[in-house]
Amino acid sequence: MILLTAEALTMRFGGLVAVNDFNLHIEKGEIVGLIGPNGAGKTTVFNMIAGYYTPSEGVIRFRDSVISGLKANRITKAGIARTFQNIRLFSELSVIENVMIGYHCRIRSSFFGATLRLPLYRREEKMMVDGAMKLLREVGLEEVARERSTSLPYGKQRRLELARALATGPQLLLLDEPAAGMNPNETQELLELILRLRTDYDLTVLLIEHDMKFVMEICERIKVLDYGTTIAEGTPHEIQNNPRVIEAYLGEVQRA
Amino acid sequence: MDPNHRRNQLLSIGGTALLAALLYAANSAGSDYTIRILNNCAIFIILAVSYNLINGVTGQFSLEPNAFVAIGAYTSALLTLTPMEKEISFIIEPCIWPLSVISVPFAVSLLAAGIVTAFFGFLMGFPVFRVRGDYLAIVTLGFGEVVRVIANNTQSITNGPLGLKGIADHTNLWWSWGLAVLTVFLIARMVRSSYGMAMKAIKYDEAAAEAVGINAFWHKMLAFTTSAFFEGIGGGLLAHLITTISPTLFTFFLTFNLLIIIVAGGLGSITGSILAAILVTWGGEALRFLDEPMDLGLFEIPGIPGMRMVIFSLILIFIMIFARHGILGTREFSWNWLSGKLGIGGRPR
Amino acid sequence: MERSPLFCRRAGTGTGFLELTFFLQQMINGVALGSLYGLIAIGYTMVYGIIRLINFAHGDVMMMGCYFAYFGILMFSLPWGASFVAAMVLTAILGVLIDKGAYVPVRHAPRISALITAIGVSFLLENLGLVVFGGRPKGFTTPDMFAEVYEIAGLMIPALVLWTPLITLILLSGILFIIHRTKAGRAMRCISHDMETTRLMGVDVNRVISITFAVGSAAAAAGGIMWAMRYPEINPLMGIIPGLKAFVAAVLGGIGNVTGAMLGGLLLGLAEILLVALMPEIAGYRDAIAFGILIFILIFRPTGLMGSKLPE
Repeated sequence: MILLTAEALTMRFGGLVAVNDFNLHIEKGEIVGLIGPNGAGKTTVFNMIAGYYTPSEGVIRFRDSVISGLKANRITKAGIARTFQNIRLFSELSVIENVMIGYHCRIRSSFFGATLRLPLYRREEKMMVDGAMKLLREVGLEEVARERSTSLPYGKQRRLELARALATGPQLLLLDEPAAGMNPNETQELLELILRLRTDYDLTVLLIEHDMKFVMEICERIKVLDYGTTIAEGTPHEIQNNPRVIEAYLGEVQRA
Repeated sequence: MDPNHRRNQLLSIGGTALLAALLYAANSAGSDYTIRILNNCAIFIILAVSYNLINGVTGQFSLEPNAFVAIGAYTSALLTLTPMEKEISFIIEPCIWPLSVISVPFAVSLLAAGIVTAFFGFLMGFPVFRVRGDYLAIVTLGFGEVVRVIANNTQSITNGPLGLKGIADHTNLWWSWGLAVLTVFLIARMVRSSYGMAMKAIKYDEAAAEAVGINAFWHKMLAFTTSAFFEGIGGGLLAHLITTISPTLFTFFLTFNLLIIIVAGGLGSITGSILAAILVTWGGEALRFLDEPMDLGLFEIPGIPGMRMVIFSLILIFIMIFARHGILGTREFSWNWLSGKLGIGGRPR
Repeated sequence: MERSPLFCRRAGTGTGFLELTFFLQQMINGVALGSLYGLIAIGYTMVYGIIRLINFAHGDVMMMGCYFAYFGILMFSLPWGASFVAAMVLTAILGVLIDKGAYVPVRHAPRISALITAIGVSFLLENLGLVVFGGRPKGFTTPDMFAEVYEIAGLMIPALVLWTPLITLILLSGILFIIHRTKAGRAMRCISHDMETTRLMGVDVNRVISITFAVGSAAAAAGGIMWAMRYPEINPLMGIIPGLKAFVAAVLGGIGNVTGAMLGGLLLGLAEILLVALMPEIAGYRDAIAFGILIFILIFRPTGLMGSKLPE
């Protein structure tokens, strides 16, 4: 079953074409990688899917309904959650609160019900706390649940962001450079974590990553962008041997 | 959940009872002057805590409280004045029907003040929250001016520049402090609920908040409308305390005072707003001598009107430069914190 | 507010000729008022363009400029020309001092802190004004040159109404020259693009910001002095309303854009005068018109007329 389709997405900022004629189909349960040199337009694609940009042209469909043009919070509610390239936690809130917020968009209690702590809200609050604790256990952060989120070390902040995204109950998870800044050990743990979460939570994953070893190991399918255009698509093995990809990356090495 | 929940509940009830006893004592033994200051404190607590909800908790820096307080004050005053009083006051143009014949009890008028102000806040929110940051500040400041201009010109509703006189002095310590406690209780609960968490999330990172499914616009509207509701009630209390209101009472000056309070207390901290409201109200009284002539026995120093505000302005600038987080930052008082500090009782959570 | 005897009044009604005269007079009036808004708006827009701060105190800086001119004439018996120039210089210095004393320390704090500081400075100036100058309005003498009334083709036009746009145009050209033809101006435009990079390239950023404050404040002083001659009195709170309206003018023109600010000012001035002239019954709401326009722009064209970008 096809979960997400993007057809002929183009994004222009003034005169600059950040993404040009981008097409993507993701099957349910897949892990798809989006790679390419810096400034290739990967995050722009994410921002279009997650509702931060409205594509200049093209349509995005998620489970048969058009989502391009919807606001970010509506898209999250529809079942697409994301993490950010530069971790964006709610700094002054505790670790568990950061995760509980993920449930907020799904509670049925009204503003008044929550303020007056009516029985429905109390049940839902318990659900939020229990759910958040369960997710924190999944990502190994239950010990630090009461601490301030920004006091955590980098790797744990990444995992917290992942837990927060899961709390919104997504079917599709967009991970923007999840392994950035991690050491090989942490990267390996993250890889196992993502694979485990996919099975346990029935997830589909689209990720951007620069760590090629990680990408090649975790992704079933990879799409390569350069200058906003798709230059290659295929299995990790095909991508590794694709001359255009090699050229794009070598070019980057030379440019740098 | 917190194992000390029951104990904390008892402590809260005890604290409220203590406050009631103190008020009773002040009411029977305090001078008129003391009682007036205490009333002012309570009203400023209501105004500051609700202003803090939108500026501190939700992080949307706005400058409209004078507009809300004005709407609340006029609404409740117009509702409690008797038809006869209105006929006497409205000398240029008669008061419009049905306002001219309505007269309701104080409590009803306060509730109406809250609802009417909340309604205006809701309408204002639509254009206001299309913008952010500095623009939000200016647009909301503009609303304050617009409300004042309207109050000056709608002769048949507000009696224009003449204002309303002879409003019954219904506001006493029980009303002001009772409503202050209720306001703090409700707003604190709201802030602790997941709606409050969502508001804080918007403050820290609006894009990330949207990414976890929070409708930022709608939650800002909730905070703004709630804030308006309580500002309106505060306005109603104020009108029935000073008994005379006119458009000049609700200038940006009022907003400025509230801004000092919430900034000094720490943007986002309810406890801070309460402490600073008391401090600033009391301090304002204590500094009143600066504006008034001083008699030093042999000679007299003429008062310098404005000196007090010079000092307050300097305090605000100094807080911003040297102590940006105010007294409490975003921290809050809790019984657990207190018992921890005192090192007594309480089971660990 | 439009009660000054210096200003054109409704000459009469009835014939088409009088209607036309009336309309022309109002137009000229609107241009004069609009140039004042524009002059004050330039300070807002330049400062915002460079450090992204709404200088809340700008209107009050303008007020101080008026008092400088007033005391120059009254206490030091300077000729009015010298007094006005001296007032502009002093106001420029005041602007720089405010930046150094209050805004530099919060330059790297969150934007809201700087905004609150600016509100504090605004209140400080207003109340210092009350303390030092007293709350009672002071009459502002209008030099004879501006006080005359010309009769041109049936129009009664006070000299000031003609001089205001002219002086404004001269000052605007000067400011545009500074921005586009001098080294400091080039640095200003660089900083508004990217302050850190400009700093790295060896530009003394703080000096350039000081120049910006100086130029903006001097322009405000000039606007304020003409404002004072128009009404003709000054008081410590006189800066609030023109300050707010000038801000609206700056947004209307697209904030950060000096020419836009002037255009925005003219538009606002014309809109105000013409609306009140055509519908005298809304005269009381005059001060609310600007905010009506502001809300309207922010909803339908948030980038302003000249299309600069809204801040995040």
